[in-house]
Amino acid sequence: MQLLVNGESISLPEGATVAALIQQLGYSGETFAVALNGDFVPRASYEQAALNTGDSLDIVAPVVGG
Amino acid sequence: MTEKLKLYGKEFDSRLLVGTALYPSPAIMRESVAASGSEIITLSLRRQSPAQQHGKMIWDYIQETGCQLLPNTAGCKTPKEVIALAEMSREIFGTDWLKLEVIGDDYNLQPDPFGLIEAARELVKRGFKVLPYCTDDLVVCRRLLDVGCEVLMPWGAPIGTGRGLMNKYNLQTLRERLPDTPLIIDAGIGAPSQACEAMEMGFDAVLLNTAIAKAQNPVLMAGSFKLAVESGRAARNAGLMLKRQTASPSTPTLDMPFWQQTVSEEKGEEKGEAKGEGEKV
Repeated sequence: MQLLVNGESISLPEGATVAALIQQLGYSGETFAVALNGDFVPRASYEQAALNTGDSLDIVAPVVGG
Repeated sequence: MTEKLKLYGKEFDSRLLVGTALYPSPAIMRESVAASGSEIITLSLRRQSPAQQHGKMIWDYIQETGCQLLPNTAGCKTPKEVIALAEMSREIFGTDWLKLEVIGDDYNLQPDPFGLIEAARELVKRGFKVLPYCTDDLVVCRRLLDVGCEVLMPWGAPIGTGRGLMNKYNLQTLRERLPDTPLIIDAGIGAPSQACEAMEMGFDAVLLNTAIAKAQNPVLMAGSFKLAVESGRAARNAGLMLKRQTASPSTPTLDMPFWQQTVSEEKGEEKGEAKGEGEKV
């Protein structure tokens, strides 16, 4: 299935979860957070958060700010 | 200065909050934050790929400052975006403090008062300690207090303009009508004199970023703002004199030498001398 991650198209096997996506993309540590279709996904829910074709994910990390 | 700034149950010695963006380097940012004496700093979240490790680097730098973190929702235009970013911030930064921004106009980055109130209401329900970046409109500020905000951050001028306190009448009205609410002037401050003025007007603190980060010497400017904020606060506590329309001599007028009573003028007139000679003194 095709997904958008931070605006870029990515292929994942059917039935993949946020946890699988995070692992495939190589995110590690605790300095990132995830939103699925604009809704926050708590870290504790990554294993249960199923993905579907057309989903849009945002994965963010700290930046400077004013 | 022993008088503390109290925000959401926490006490701070410094009344200057600073942003972490736009500095020439992370090292200068850290040094500037230290020179400012600030105990509260703002930061944000943005999309990042795993290949980009600067998120962790920035995080490490910021943690080293030991400051209270105030994550912002800069760039968000809807309450939905704000809620998601706020939750992500809380998870990463481990704080429920939030500088709430809902932008209503791309050109002057003016806060959207309607989205702001809606977002603030939901964030307070979710346990966030919300510090909204808002306009200087009294009614909007009251509504933000109604939905549970305990601190307000009205703008001085649009973000990054450095124009100072654009609408002093509205700001003074806020200060007078909301005497017990911590009010922080956020955005638009371009010079230490403007920060000092905000403090003299009775605002509880000042938040700024660009004026320090874009100075030719950010570290020196950070120290200058620290002094200005402290000076303004002390002046406020000392009580400013009232303005007058006419001049009033500060040096005693009693026993002024060379001065003659009008009677001498009259004598002069009698002798046909120039009128008003005595007034030259």
